Amino acid sequence: MAKVPVQLTLNGTERAEFIDGGLTLLNALRDRFGDTSPKGGCHQGTCGACSVIVDGDLKLSCLTLAETCNGAHVETTAGLAADGIQHPLQRAFLDGFAAQCGFCTPGMIMAAKALLARVPNPSRDDVVEAISGNICRCTGYEPIIQAILSAARSNSQNAA
Amino acid sequence: MALKRGRGVAAINYPTGMNLGGDPSQALVHSTPTGAFMVTLSSVDLGQGLRQVMAQICAETIGIPTEQVTIDTADTDTGPHCMGTFASRGTHRIGNAVAQAAREARQVMLEVAAEALEVDAGDLDTDGKGMIHVKGAPQKSISVFDTALAAHFKYGRSISGRGMFLVPRSFPETETGAMKPATCYAHACTVVDVEVDDETGEVDVVSVKNVFEVGRALNPSMVEQQLVGGSWMGISHALYETTEPYYPAREHGGRDFNEYLMPGPGNLAETETIVLERPAADGPYGAKGVGEMCANPQIPAVANAIFDAVGVRIDSLPITPEKILRALKAQRAAA
Repeated sequence: MAKVPVQLTLNGTERAEFIDGGLTLLNALRDRFGDTSPKGGCHQGTCGACSVIVDGDLKLSCLTLAETCNGAHVETTAGLAADGIQHPLQRAFLDGFAAQCGFCTPGMIMAAKALLARVPNPSRDDVVEAISGNICRCTGYEPIIQAILSAARSNSQNAA
Repeated sequence: MALKRGRGVAAINYPTGMNLGGDPSQALVHSTPTGAFMVTLSSVDLGQGLRQVMAQICAETIGIPTEQVTIDTADTDTGPHCMGTFASRGTHRIGNAVAQAAREARQVMLEVAAEALEVDAGDLDTDGKGMIHVKGAPQKSISVFDTALAAHFKYGRSISGRGMFLVPRSFPETETGAMKPATCYAHACTVVDVEVDDETGEVDVVSVKNVFEVGRALNPSMVEQQLVGGSWMGISHALYETTEPYYPAREHGGRDFNEYLMPGPGNLAETETIVLERPAADGPYGAKGVGEMCANPQIPAVANAIFDAVGVRIDSLPITPEKILRALKAQRAAA
């Protein structure tokens, strides 16, 4: 089968690959673009571990075809730290012990990032709603909710 | 038909580790030429924090900063023998092995330092920050870095140690069948308040209060994380999760994430978790295993709370609305 060219901006860097038609964005990111930060938990859009941001919107990369992302801006957790400085969400997850096995963490953080871009000062209910598509087996969710609220607080302090 | 409130209590004691044919774990510790220390294990860190806690145990025992310890885990082809990370045994079994290996390595380290300083090894102590000094005379000192260099380049010694922790196989007594399959026991007590809708059988967990007795919490934040997540998992086991709801029949079992019922972030009960520390005599720095027991007491507590609320005893898990409604129907029929 003929390969399909895909050109996209991945975490600020222009990238291009020839891929098989029908390849998911998740598999393209992991196997072709070498970004293994999005995780393949269920490959059916249920667990949220593969969540990435495409042109500002939160997407399940396991249900998104890579070829539909031609020209798109794709953000993953691999691009969050700038010059070795952790993103406030990464810092909050670390400080709040909001990860245990870590498999859900990239999806949780991207869901939180998409939320904070829309709602800089979210309520607890906003946070719960935002991560309701992400499954966590280890933490019982509470540390994750608290970490996201804490990151939002530190963002608004920095902005003030 | 009404919402009925109920309160349930359950207490457990939970064994650390298991004992089928004996329960061994081994560890090797050695220093690099620059005084960092390597702990080699076959044990797996699957997110519970084993590597962090083993680094703490090694550092505390040798008397160096935790950052100076590297933990190399999970190569069962080449590493020292470990039964594995299960049965809540990691911190206790592997921790004891690491502590023993680190004690031997510390002894060699102090012998080398003593030779370099021309003093007796018994007069030396560590400051935990990378220096070894004569007790009562901190100015007479040598760094761990220089000690390691001297061991490697001057004295031809390996600053290393072996740790072998074995709980021997326990045979049952012929007369009574009694045996000692475990070592120390962790304890927990949970109080759960529920609201049961006796029309729909739905259970709403209103509050969960846990007390866990963990020996010593070697890393308090990670212990709390384990307990908070485990408490949620216990509630989930009590009310939601199963692959075979009509076991042994396979019908209606979840086949994937879509069909497997698990509470999400919107279903969290108000939860309080208290840690009690009562160091175990046989644990590394007093630690017991708390891996699995943190998800146990919530289950009987929920069952008891439902009984308190609506007077029916459900003795299989998960306690679904269907089971509660069938039991209520049987209760009315018997009345």
